[in-house]
This record gives sequence, C-alpha cells and structure tokens, in this order.
Amino acid sequence: MEHAADLGWWGVPLALLAGAIRSSTPFLFVSLGECLTEKSGRINLGLEGTLVMGAMTAYAISFVTGSPWLGVIGAAGVGLIMGAVHGFICGLPRVNHIAVGIALMILGVGLAFFLGKPLIQPSAAQLPGISLGAWSDSRAVQAALNVNALFVIGVILAFVMAWVFRSTRIGLAIRTVGDSRDAARAVGLDVKRIRLLTTAAGGALAGIGGSFLSLYYPGSWNEGLSSGQGLMAVALVIFARWDPIKCLYASLLFGGAGALGPALQSVGVSTGYYLFNAAPYLLTLMVMVASSSRDRALAGAPGDLSINASS
Amino acid sequence: MMRSKHNGGLERPILETLGVGKVFGASRALDDVTLKVAPRGIHALLGENGAGKSTLVKCLAGFHRPTTGQITIGGREQVLRSPKDAHAAGVGMVYQHFTLAPNLSVLENLVLAAPDSHGKRAGRIDWAAERQRFAERIDDLPFDADLEATVASLSSGQKQKVEIIKQLCLGPRILILDEPTSVLTPDEADEVLGTLHQMTRDQDLAVILITHKMREVFAYADRVTVLRGGRVTGDDEIAALDADTLSDMMIGEVEIVRSPDRAPTATDRILLSVEELTADNDRGVRALDAVNLGVAAGEIVGVAGVSGNGQTELAQVLAGQRRAVAGRIRVHDESYGGTRAEIARHRLHCLPEEPLRNACVADMSVADNLAFRSFDGPGYSVGGVFTRRAPLARRAATLMERFNVKPREPRLPMASLSGGNVQRAALARELADDVDILVVTNPCFGLDVAAVAQIHAQLMDARNKGAAVLLISEDLDELLALADRLVVLFEGRVVHQCTREEADRRSIGQKMTGY
Repeated sequence: MEHAADLGWWGVPLALLAGAIRSSTPFLFVSLGECLTEKSGRINLGLEGTLVMGAMTAYAISFVTGSPWLGVIGAAGVGLIMGAVHGFICGLPRVNHIAVGIALMILGVGLAFFLGKPLIQPSAAQLPGISLGAWSDSRAVQAALNVNALFVIGVILAFVMAWVFRSTRIGLAIRTVGDSRDAARAVGLDVKRIRLLTTAAGGALAGIGGSFLSLYYPGSWNEGLSSGQGLMAVALVIFARWDPIKCLYASLLFGGAGALGPALQSVGVSTGYYLFNAAPYLLTLMVMVASSSRDRALAGAPGDLSINASS
Repeated sequence: MMRSKHNGGLERPILETLGVGKVFGASRALDDVTLKVAPRGIHALLGENGAGKSTLVKCLAGFHRPTTGQITIGGREQVLRSPKDAHAAGVGMVYQHFTLAPNLSVLENLVLAAPDSHGKRAGRIDWAAERQRFAERIDDLPFDADLEATVASLSSGQKQKVEIIKQLCLGPRILILDEPTSVLTPDEADEVLGTLHQMTRDQDLAVILITHKMREVFAYADRVTVLRGGRVTGDDEIAALDADTLSDMMIGEVEIVRSPDRAPTATDRILLSVEELTADNDRGVRALDAVNLGVAAGEIVGVAGVSGNGQTELAQVLAGQRRAVAGRIRVHDESYGGTRAEIARHRLHCLPEEPLRNACVADMSVADNLAFRSFDGPGYSVGGVFTRRAPLARRAATLMERFNVKPREPRLPMASLSGGNVQRAALARELADDVDILVVTNPCFGLDVAAVAQIHAQLMDARNKGAAVLLISEDLDELLALADRLVVLFEGRVVHQCTREEADRRSIGQKMTGY
C-alpha cells in the first residue's frame, strides 16, 4: 500500500476508480443478464446461485485444462443450463417466479460448495489483465488501470444490448413480450419460448460474471466469494431502470462502493473498515428506498413484469 | 352489381361457419353455430354478455379451436391453429381488451405487427424507413395516429384507432371488431363505425361487428346474426328487422325487473362533499385536479367521462384506497379520511369497478366476502375478537336470497361466480344495512340486460330511501337513466355540470372529449 500512500489523499479517488473497474465486472454481467430476463417479463432471483456455480465451474475447468478462457466458456454453459431450468419451470402453469428463483439460488450455492470442496487449496490459471496504465510512471496508476478483458467485453456487451433492444426485431419482440403478453400473443409471438430463451441467456451472462470472481478478482475459489453480488444485481437493474447502459454506470458505482473500505485504509483511515466494506449493501438499501413509492409504479419497468403471475 | 354485393344472401360468402360448437370443461359456449358473412359490408353479431359472441370470433381469429364444426374462408376450409394462421387467411381481429404494448410507441407496436416486405424477423430495424412506410400507409387510411406517442399516453379512442390501423396494415379481407365502441364517446363511435362502413363500400372488406348496442346495429350493419346461450336465435338483413324483434331474439323469455319510480326527495342536506380534491395516478401523473362536488341525501349524482379521466382515482380516494395530494372530503359535515372506523360511523359504502379484483378476496367463500363489513360488529363477534360463524352464515344466506346471487351456495369461492353474480354479491354486502352514502363505479360493466335492470333497481331503491349515491360510470345511457344531476370529468377536472332535465346526450358526449 506504500505506492498509494505516495499520492496522499489522491490515492482515494484513484483506488475507488480502480476498485470500480475491478469489482464492477461481476455486477455488470449479472445485471445485464437480469436486465435481459426482466425485459421479457420474468424475474430470475436465482442468479446468485448461477454466479457461484459459474465461479466454481470456471475455476475447476481452468485448473484441469490450464486454460482460463475455457473456464469462462464452461461457466457460461452452466449458467445457460441453470437459466434454462428457471425458464422452463416458470413456463409451467401456476408457478411463482420468485419461489423458483430462491430455490435455484440455494441449490446453486449449495451445489457449488459441495462440488467445489477439493478446489479450495489448488490454484488455477488466471485470466490475464490488459495494462492501460503503462504511460504512467506511478505504479499506483499502473495498478489501477490494469483492466481485465472481461470488463471490456462487458462494456461492449452493454452497448450491444442497448442497440439490440432499440433497433432490432428480436429486441422489439423481447420488449413486447415483457410489456404485454396479450400484445405479444396477438402478433403471433411465442411468449413462453422467448422468455425461456432470455432467461437462459441471462443465466449464461451471470455464469460469466462468476468466472471473473474466481479467475481474476479476488482470484481464488472459496465459499465467501460472491457475498450476495448476484442478489444486489437485481436491485441494480431496478436502479438502472432496465437500461443496459445505465446498468454499466450502476455497476461501476456499486464496484466503487465496494472499494471504499480498502481505499480509505490505504491512506491510513482504518477506523470503521468493516463499516465502509458494507457500503454496497447500504447503497442497495438506499436504492430500494429511493426508488420505491407508495403512490406510483416504477417508471421504465416492463409492463408485464410480474412477481406472482406465471406464463 | 353493387346491389348484389351488399346483399349477403345472394353472393358467395367470404366466411362461413358450419355447425361450429365449443365446449369449455363442463360448459357449452357455442352450439351448432352457422354463420355466413358477405365479402363486403358490416355484419353485426348481436347478443348479451355470455351469449357466445366473443367465443365465436375467437374461433375465427385462431385463438380458440372449435370443438366441432368447420370454418370456411374464401371458399376453402381452414384449420386455424393460431392467430398467425388466421392472419394468413386474411382475418384480422381488434380485441375488446387492447392488445397493444403500453410502454412502447405506436410505431413500435405497428412495426412488430406488420413486418416489412422483406419479412425479416430478426434483423435490424431501419426506424426512419419504417416511420416513412407507416406514415404513408396511415395517409391512405381514413384514420389518424401519432406514431411517436407512447401507447399508454393515448386515450381509449386513440388506442382503438391504432388497433384498427394495425389490423388494416395487414390487408385483411375480414376485420373483426369485438365491442369496439364500449370505450368510445358517442361521437368517436360514430366516426370509427362510419369510416369502416364507408370502407366496406369502397373495397373488398367484410367487417364483423360484435356489439350489444341496438343503436349501432341499426345505424351501420347490413346484416345481423343474434346469439343467445351459444345458439343462433336470429339471422337476417337489417332492413327486415325492428328493435322489438331483435330484442326478443337477444333476451328471450326473461323477466326484467322494473326500477322503482323516482320518488320525490328533499335534496337540501349534503351528505358527501368533495372540496378541491387533487390526487395522482399510479404513474405519479396528476389524475384529479381540484375537483369539487357534493351529493345530497336522496339523489344520484352521475359522474360521466371517458375511461381514464380520473374516475378510478376519485373512487379510490373516496374508498380510502388512495391518498389525496390536496383537498378535503367531508362526510356529514365532518372531515373524512377513509378509515374503517369512519366508514362504519358514516355508513359510507363503495362498490368499485371490477369488484372481484378491487373489493373481494377471490379465493375466500361468498359468505366470508359478504361478512367483510360486519364480521367484527356486534352480534357477529364475541368481544370483537372471535367471530361467530353461525350468524354470519345465516346472514350470508339471507343476503344471497335478497340480492338473487346464484348459485345460492355461500361456501363457494367468490371467484367461481359469474361476473353478474359477483357484482350482485358485492352490492349485497354494501347495501345490506342502512347506507347513508354509496359510491358506485361501473356497476353494470359486462352484465346482461336482466342483471343490469336488477342493479339499477337496487340503486334507485337506495336513493329513494334517502341515501346519497355517487354513480361513476362510463355508460352514458346508464347515467342518463339514473342520475338526478350529472358532472363530466375530463382530464381530472369537472368540466360540465347539469341537472337531469338539462342533460343532453350530444353535448355531454362533446364535453367528455374536452370541447
């Protein structure tokens, strides 16, 4: 932490920026996945389980094959399957999305802990970083701007998703299904199939988010790895008003909040370290309170996003 | 040539059903329905709610598969598995409940419904080109629409027009309209139906118009088929029919309750007064803007307006279901906040719209639902803590008898009752004991003639006994029949007031649209 101390208090915003970039990636992927699913009118609360399963799978594959990228692909595959399971079950009559999501969350976390027991000790090949700070002499700046490829992919994905929603027939079909299933049926769209596909694809994105946790930052497999990031992403999507690009900004904000404790510690403020570490959770609560209203519905919410009806 | 085209009896029909039947579980919704629709002209399907009109056209639109019988379109027998098949066969349908995605723009809704000539399903959308394409299409049509507007911001009449444009863009040979005028003002209804009437003269277009309004049938239809209880009870050219004959075909041998006469009452004691009441809707947009109105003992004050102009919010504020932003409600000259204690003390009762959703617990029994106002009252509870089931059950049975709720089985879940019986059961609860003030919203929506007459009689009876009745309704005929005074709501403001004697259908219709 010496190099940060060189910069004095300037180290705090720098560390926050670095933390935002570093720890926003899982938020980004999970929230983009949840955004995609919710745009079609379903809520998948199981993404926390998908995230942890993705982390475990990616670590295991990377450890066995030596290729972290294979691990990422494997995590996406596991996420796809878990999303498809959620999508399929919710397609059955009279099934509650929320209950299925919670069941899958607990199943995913439990299964990952069970299967991941032997992975706690060994170390697997990690995803490489891209150094964007080479122009600076300061090691602190270099460290802060060491960006992972997955972050870059996630940023591109956010813009691509926004474009797909806005300017393609697929995007329009997803938005229509999410806004009114009657409208979708009347124009001949298969509501169940579209929701199954978006839930599966959303799960795959959450799986990729998990692979980042175990293969880059913090970069090992253990049971406290996710600490609820998959659930916070659900709040984040509400905060971002179901807009992929705002999901990116919100992820950076949440990532930065997570880095507040370590950043302050690096300049010598260690009182209340654990309190500052709770910043993302406090932020989640504040977002939920600020965006709730007794008298009005949420602006921008997909019209058919229901928490109890099924289809 | 022209004459034979308008004469459905002579020409080969564009659409024909032969012995179509449809069974839902244990009930038979359609029984041996044979229908012939000429390639040009407006063919009305007339019938009471529950007569099977909607079921029949949903079979034609590919939403339901008929259990028996066959459908022939353009001379070819068709099996319609989905709305897509029906589109392909040239059938377009405008549903009673709008099928537009509310948070998307008009253009987005149209683009999805009518793919361009390339027919690409997944590709990129060129919004500028699509805007151009639909603007040109709409220019050719006698209807108008703002392509950029979000559907939720449109009035019901505008939504209806967008639905019709959406179907016409697909170039149908047969256009089905399910109760299109139920949400329109008289002027809007005349505009829409008049335009379609002209279109069926100018081009090969058959319109099937579902309605229960006799006025529209005589003004616009060329031929009419009457359904009752799932069977065809009449089918003829409109010229060969008169109102009494049609009414007999529609209603059959049913006894209609006569409303009690309007008793002279002294209307100088204001029981309910609303002062400068302002409230927002669910989206935070102002729905009521400084509304003032008063209702005296022994009068019915009717609130007219096109749906979505603040009626729902007014009823909700009075029922204590919504907070007012500003303004006051005074009942019996005391301020009123809608708490249970105040409701009991002032005897202010409400029948909201869609009572199954807004005033009942669907899964609880009819008896339990009837007890909501009284279960903690004297005689029905021990010390206000333990309910006494037996007296409550006896009371439920008496009320169901008095208000003719069928089947007379208090233990059935509320949701298993038909719409009319839910409405009567909810009204039974609200009118069970003496009522000082009654707030009613669309009490007869979707009910048949006999049920409507019964409910109107109950409301008139309550008025004659000295209750102050606020009747919020989208049905102008109902208001003109019942109300002593009328106010018109437009965009949350009272824009017009008149007494029963001054009331004029046409001018009220215009006030409803803001003129």
